[in-house]
Amino acid sequence: MALAIGCRAKPGKSRDNKTGSWRVFKPVFDKEKCTKCGLCMTLCPEGCIHQTDEEFVEPDYTYCKGCGICAEECPGEGIAMQQEEK
Amino acid sequence: MLEITEGSHAVAEAVRLCRPQVISAYPITPQTHIVEALADMVANCQLDAEYITVENELSALSACVGASAAGSRVYSATTSQGLALMFEVCFNAAGMRLPIVMTIANRALGAPLSIWNDQQDSISLRDSGWLQFYAEDNQEATDLHFIAYKVCEDHSVLLPAMICFDGFILSHVYEPVDMLSQEDVDRYLPAFTPYQRLDAADPISFGMYATPEYYHEFRYEIDNAAKRAKEVIKKAGKEFNTLFGRDYSAMVEGYRLDDAETAIVAMGSICGTIKDAIDEMREEGMKVGLLKIRVFRPFPSEEIAQALSRAKHIAVLDKNISLGAKGALAMEVRDALYGSTIPVKGYVIGLGGRDVRKKDIKEIVSLAQKGANDQFYGLRREVL
Repeated sequence: MALAIGCRAKPGKSRDNKTGSWRVFKPVFDKEKCTKCGLCMTLCPEGCIHQTDEEFVEPDYTYCKGCGICAEECPGEGIAMQQEEK
Repeated sequence: MLEITEGSHAVAEAVRLCRPQVISAYPITPQTHIVEALADMVANCQLDAEYITVENELSALSACVGASAAGSRVYSATTSQGLALMFEVCFNAAGMRLPIVMTIANRALGAPLSIWNDQQDSISLRDSGWLQFYAEDNQEATDLHFIAYKVCEDHSVLLPAMICFDGFILSHVYEPVDMLSQEDVDRYLPAFTPYQRLDAADPISFGMYATPEYYHEFRYEIDNAAKRAKEVIKKAGKEFNTLFGRDYSAMVEGYRLDDAETAIVAMGSICGTIKDAIDEMREEGMKVGLLKIRVFRPFPSEEIAQALSRAKHIAVLDKNISLGAKGALAMEVRDALYGSTIPVKGYVIGLGGRDVRKKDIKEIVSLAQKGANDQFYGLRREVL
């Protein structure tokens, strides 16, 4: 791919910036412990935790940087951070 | 037409002839007379440009970055502490590939405070991606502005440039300068055609974020553009010579170098003194010559290696010092000559406005011939 001169880009490019590649620890959600309180969704700095059809929440791993705030804040300790191998 | 004029005013006049659309600068000694003259020209309707007054140099170059991205031909000037304050924006201007031209009236950097000349300020930004030209006299300083705009705005280059001329020694000196007419300059330098520009109807961002997967390659591309500039500089210099009879087609220039056993390598106004010293030494039968480096970025390694291949001793003069290492030019000349057996000695001279006289040049030639090691030349006794 030819690079854009001067790293210039049309709007909306932050979607192309797949920040999931930064992740070292991956949040894994336990549906059994989830009370659907939505705190993780509210606190996620990347805004990448969304509700699924069954009203549970799931992170979008394409953009999740693995910061661990959701795991730290989950009142039911329903989110575990697991080291990933890439 | 030949005019006796102050260096700063000659540069300001050259800039006016280049028809910049936006100028932003902050006055600082010894650059002040340039931007003062340009402000007058704008106020007197002799130059149809937007002159943006700002609170400091960081803002000045930032305004230039915005204006250049919006598609204007842009100019600034600064020196020393002012250039140091622009450090961050310098890297951004090059990375965004904006063809800004900026004059540097070379001055020492503090501390200790000094308003006098050396070349530490621009040399300290040699890694920023800006092309760097060093002028020997005010004629050259003036002409290099026309050439710089032509080179920088070439779509195969798209990089900013610093035209460096020695503060006070050139900026405040009156000497004859052959000034081109507006018709001449218009014939040589076409209107700026931006490669891309900021446009609300078709939005675009400059200098976006690059992840580790791409940053490396962006730096590679800037380096490539700087290297491509070599051919563009030669071509622009040749065309200038065809039209106006002054030859800037070579990035380095030899003076009585062909049969020289001792070659001096230097940049800037000191080359004039060196030429006079060489003439005197030649009269005494000494085979001494000069290699003047006009373009320091991109660095003309091949041309330097070629030009110095017949010398027996090489003395590189640096009006700068990479503290804890050597003078910048000496290190790079040595790199250009890697594998050759010719001894290259580096002498740091004339920092903070210390005069370099013909007798100093002669003394340095004799040091180089004796093989004296790299050193600060002419130190006061109390520090020895």
